[in-house]
Amino acid sequence: MSEPLLRIEDLHKSYAGTEVLKGISFDLERGETKVLIGPSGSGKSTLLRCVNHLTRPDRGRIVLDGDEVVDNRINAIRATIGFVFQDFNLFTHLRALDNVAVGLWRVRGMDRRSARERAARELERVGLANRAEAYPAELSGGQQQRVSIARALAMDPRIILFDEPTSALDPELTEEVVEVMRQLAREGMTMLVVSHEMGFARSAADEIIFMDHGVIVEEGPPEKLFRDAQHARTRDFLRIISGSHAQEEGAS
Amino acid sequence: MTGFFAFAWDSLPALLDGAVVALGLWVLAMILGFVVALGLTWCRVYGNRVLYGLATAYVEVFRGTPMIVQMFVIYLGLPDLGIVMSSFAAATVAMAFNSAAYQAEYFRGAIQSIPSGQMVAARAIGMSRFDAVRTVVLPQAMRRVIPQWSNEAILELKFTSIAYAISVNEITSHAYEIGYSTFRFFEIFIVAAVIYLAMTTVVAQVLDVIDRRVRVPGLGAQAAERAGA
Repeated sequence: MSEPLLRIEDLHKSYAGTEVLKGISFDLERGETKVLIGPSGSGKSTLLRCVNHLTRPDRGRIVLDGDEVVDNRINAIRATIGFVFQDFNLFTHLRALDNVAVGLWRVRGMDRRSARERAARELERVGLANRAEAYPAELSGGQQQRVSIARALAMDPRIILFDEPTSALDPELTEEVVEVMRQLAREGMTMLVVSHEMGFARSAADEIIFMDHGVIVEEGPPEKLFRDAQHARTRDFLRIISGSHAQEEGAS
Repeated sequence: MTGFFAFAWDSLPALLDGAVVALGLWVLAMILGFVVALGLTWCRVYGNRVLYGLATAYVEVFRGTPMIVQMFVIYLGLPDLGIVMSSFAAATVAMAFNSAAYQAEYFRGAIQSIPSGQMVAARAIGMSRFDAVRTVVLPQAMRRVIPQWSNEAILELKFTSIAYAISVNEITSHAYEIGYSTFRFFEIFIVAAVIYLAMTTVVAQVLDVIDRRVRVPGLGAQAAERAGA
């Protein structure tokens, strides 16, 4: 009876004759966190961008909460899907507070004062109430990423998509971002995360999906995947990133 | 030399009348040019092939022909098609259309220097393309373009002198008249030049203050240069 919050069915995408996604299907339940991993070029980021049509899939269906993601209502649908980018993409001309508030007044039509009040609460939630007046260029990478998470949260998203949220950060700054993400997972936010941050995957993911060459090779709970992955490719990949993530997160 | 100052003083009221006309012409032309430039820019950056082609042709034609010829076409030529304007209106339109071509080029460059991630992030929170452009892209691009735009504005201020050719009563035409009636061309044009210089200096200062007032950390001409834009 209970429908998954997000259902992805037979997703295909090609770029210039190269098939990047070759029929991806999986579900995400309400409150679930899934982490997508896989080698560079495996299609994880493309998959993530297809969910809210930042990249338009060639074929397949994406259903969010019984609502098919289609082009003619894409702005309204996107407003309910949080997206956190690898390089933050905060609006450089707006202070942190207005970065969070702008979607509320411009997209939701809220008056600016209420939007700012709401934005202030979201900044507090990511521990940045004291940096509300700072411009992005005045914030550290970790702080910028937390502001961008607050920007996503302000829109009351049904799901948040994270595209390598810590890959652009110095190692000492990843933890503050990961901690915010962990807290969201605990609070029951539905999250789909492309990341090689294995600390986060182990502690917060309900499932890990391993992708390679445009297909899902294997998926399962982290402890199971780490202990006995069925496929040699999965084992090899997990060994590589578990060995290296202590120094630095793999770049895509 | 006392003769010069007395002469300059006596000429000043007429030249200042001309300065008022020149400033009016300039302000109207810049505003109208700005609006036309925004339309041209939208067509060139976000328009389909047809709009892009039309806007590009516009820019090439107006940048590739002299302003004085454009003014003559509008003031002396258009009446043949039944479009008659006062000399002031014709000068305003000619300068606006000419300036729009240059302003549009600067706007386009500034918009294209804004990293694409800004647009993508705006679209990702549900903004339409139009909302994303006016809320995110333009406010950043406009800040970046101020130094170039200021040059264009000052150039146009000096171009008001060309309206003399279609008998708009601006500074140069007053100076010419006084020169002819007194045969003191050297002195009167020195006075006219000083008035132009005073106006361009003030405008440059004001635009510089605006540039600094709206500057945002990490965004601006300097930041654009660092980013290799």
